[in-house]
Amino acid sequence: MIREALYVSAILFSIGVLGVLTRRNALILFMCVELMLNAVNLSFIALSRLHGVSGQVFVLFVMTVAAAEAAVGLAIVISVFRHYRTVDLGRIRLLRG
Amino acid sequence: MPISSSSAALVWLVPALPFLGFVVNGLLSLLPAWRGEQAVEASAGRRTLVSVVGVGVMLLALALSIWLFTSLIGVTVPVTGSLGQWMAAGSFSVDWALSVDHLSILMMLVITGVGSLIHIYSIGYMADDAGFARYFAYLNLFVGFMLILVMGANLPVLFVGWEGVGLASYLLIGFWFGDSANATAGKKAFVVNRIGDFGLLLAMFMLFTNMGTLDFATIAREHAALSTPLVTTICLFMFLGCAGKSAQLPLYVWLPDAMAGPTPVSALIHAATMVTAGVYLIVRNATLFASAPVACLVIVLVGALTALWAALVGLKQWDIKKVLAYSTVSQLGYMCMAVGAGAYTAGMFHLVTHAFFKALLFLGAGAVIHSMHHALHETHRHDDAQDMRNMGGLMRRMPVTGALMWIATLAIAGIPPLAGFFSKDAILSAVAERALESPLAESSLGPIPGRVVLWFAYGVAVLTAFLTAIYMTRLMRYTFHGPFRSGDAVESHVHDSPWLLRGPLIVLGLLTVVGGWLQLPAILPLGPTAVLDTWLAPVSGSAATLLTGTGHLSHETEYVLIGIAIAVAVAGIAFAFIRLKPSSLTTKDAAPPETGIGLVLANDYFVDTGITRGITGPIVAGSRKVLWRGLDLGLINGVLVQGTAQAIRIVSSVASRAQVGFAGTYVWAIALGAIAVIAAFTFQAVG
Amino acid sequence: MGTFYTVHFWLFSALAIVSALAMVTRRNPVAAALWLVNVMFALAALYVMLGADFLGAAQVLVYAGAIMVVFVFVVMLLNLGENDVKEQRSMGVAVAASVTACLLAAELLYMIRSQPISSAALTTVDGDALSPIANSLFTDNLVAFEVTSVLLLVAVIGAVVLAKRGKVANVVRS
Repeated sequence: MIREALYVSAILFSIGVLGVLTRRNALILFMCVELMLNAVNLSFIALSRLHGVSGQVFVLFVMTVAAAEAAVGLAIVISVFRHYRTVDLGRIRLLRG
Repeated sequence: MPISSSSAALVWLVPALPFLGFVVNGLLSLLPAWRGEQAVEASAGRRTLVSVVGVGVMLLALALSIWLFTSLIGVTVPVTGSLGQWMAAGSFSVDWALSVDHLSILMMLVITGVGSLIHIYSIGYMADDAGFARYFAYLNLFVGFMLILVMGANLPVLFVGWEGVGLASYLLIGFWFGDSANATAGKKAFVVNRIGDFGLLLAMFMLFTNMGTLDFATIAREHAALSTPLVTTICLFMFLGCAGKSAQLPLYVWLPDAMAGPTPVSALIHAATMVTAGVYLIVRNATLFASAPVACLVIVLVGALTALWAALVGLKQWDIKKVLAYSTVSQLGYMCMAVGAGAYTAGMFHLVTHAFFKALLFLGAGAVIHSMHHALHETHRHDDAQDMRNMGGLMRRMPVTGALMWIATLAIAGIPPLAGFFSKDAILSAVAERALESPLAESSLGPIPGRVVLWFAYGVAVLTAFLTAIYMTRLMRYTFHGPFRSGDAVESHVHDSPWLLRGPLIVLGLLTVVGGWLQLPAILPLGPTAVLDTWLAPVSGSAATLLTGTGHLSHETEYVLIGIAIAVAVAGIAFAFIRLKPSSLTTKDAAPPETGIGLVLANDYFVDTGITRGITGPIVAGSRKVLWRGLDLGLINGVLVQGTAQAIRIVSSVASRAQVGFAGTYVWAIALGAIAVIAAFTFQAVG
Repeated sequence: MGTFYTVHFWLFSALAIVSALAMVTRRNPVAAALWLVNVMFALAALYVMLGADFLGAAQVLVYAGAIMVVFVFVVMLLNLGENDVKEQRSMGVAVAASVTACLLAAELLYMIRSQPISSAALTTVDGDALSPIANSLFTDNLVAFEVTSVLLLVAVIGAVVLAKRGKVANVVRS
């Protein structure tokens, strides 16, 4: 069961990567990152069956940090939106070298 | 009064005195009143100070030299003085050592004696020149270096003097450097000399590598261990150095141009002393040269050809000083011929007598130019004061100078009983003697037997004597006799020179008359014979014997040779009197241009043009196009410097395109990188 | 494990994967958010089936119930329509991205497959899923726990400051 869970986790992670590579809407990109985090959580929990409870504790922490990250990240998106009037990442190129 | 054979202070004092004069006069010349655009002729007081210092050190040096001379009579051990070690490398060591032996003291007397006379003359000659102190400073500098040259006990010390006189010559030729032609002449002298110095340096290197020493005494003793081809090569390189300094073919081209300097300079440096340094060098290394007959034959040949070459050019020169310059080159050819044939005494004899009469000729010419210059200046004319065609009949206005110059002319032509006859005859007899029977005649120069070379040289020398008589008489006739060609107004301003200028001339005239007594030939019952020969025997006697063999000429042969010498001289003078017509000359500006052979000779066979087109031209063009444009600007600047900068610019502009600022690209990069890393781990774990 | 278990395991897995695919392909951000919520529900079920009851509940409560709600809030706040963002239309990028993702998936699957997992070492699942977590949290990982609280505090302050109108929002326009 654990192996199958790990398979699923890998597939979900890859789908998240696909989304990150493809999408230009900042919000949807963010959601794909959340998807990747969830896939990793699944891995942790699957493996905690083998290695003890610390995997689940870690998942708890991941969730907490994801919450904090989502809050701050969305605040940034709002702030950027106020200036560019768009969340299209293709138009936000300040760091261009 | 005897001197200990080793007294460094005394020996070093002789060159130190002129150097002291250089320092003092040099500092004086830096005073504001003597410099810059508004420097005018100095006050009499200042001039006296400079003169006293400049001439005083010379007279002191002369006195010291005389004292050293008297202490060397009857003694064969040289007086040496060393100031300590100069260079040391492994087992090789060179000291700051001077050594005064019979040969050096002879040169020292000539340098300080004739030098003092010329210094005294210069007081009057340069009186109205703003560079008075600078002139005396340079002159003293020259004498100091020349003394070091002849007194040096080893080649490096000699080389210091050698280079130093080259420097002083450059400074003095370009003395009036306001006119760029003078500066160019100075440069030319220096550069051509350098080519010769290169030869001397190579000889020194070879001596060092093969013998481990550069000390004259040691070289003379121990060179027998070297193979003959090696010694021949060393001698030929040394002769290259002599050719540069003593103006032999093909490095003589600087001497005519050197006439751009003040006339006393020409007298001292380019007649009496510096140009004789090459001859001195050969005599100093007599034993070395004597063991390389091939090199000696080369020297004889070059000397003979130089003598003829220059004499032909002298026939067609109109500038007084140029005639004397080519005459000097020709007489130097005689000296080289003599020392090449192993007649070291004859060569040195001619060196000494030539110093007397050539200095006399130059100083006399200086007096003539000085008077002409004044006369033209006062009548506001701008003609050339040095061109013979503007002169004529000056004997009427300058009798003393004219008479003295005639004495010198007869001497150089070889009329007895003047000094020039004895020395020239000594050379001719020596060459003939060796051509008849000697080890030198037995050797060969490549396929040509030595005998042929020597007879050829003898023939050339006789022809040159004929030509010498002609061109010198021509000079005297055009300058001092016949009508004056620049007009009565100018002529009335011409007068004989002041006593300050005439005094040294008289002394030199005296020396020219009695100088022959140094080396009277044995067959003429006139007085003590072979004085110079005996004097120089410790230095060069054995070497001379090597080349001469032990045979002697029969008395008949000797009489014949003397007769030939006198006949040739008289014939030359007569020819000049018959063929040349001073009255048919016109002034320089009105003279018709030269044609044919005359044109070639007048322009010195267009040698200068040849050198410019053939050597310096291509070098300069090559430097400009290849080395400067191609290498320096193109390669080093363009490719290496600019190219590197451009390459960096290109690389950075390409690399900076990675900073897109677009997050999507960065994500791609992360994703691909992650895949790569995971793959590496996976396959490493598996494989 | 019985067939019931296996069937439902695969059922929820398929649900999660299909929802994830749907999420990444939606143009409308609200639709994408809702599909993500669906993924989270399916994952919560999987967590429970793997014995992490508490975490399954936490997933629904925190992740789906709080975080995704914030997402939807922001989407609504920015009032973005369907046509606001011009998405990548070119085929090339889509194909390349798919290839990359497949490559990654293949690598990971291969890696997982080659690891041995012995079923003998499985820990038993007893009824109490919460106390082990609580024990570990308040003893071994106490410092991390406290730090996380501070992190949350910082995040709250940061979010408030960043989203404020006024001087903080003065960014140089490109």
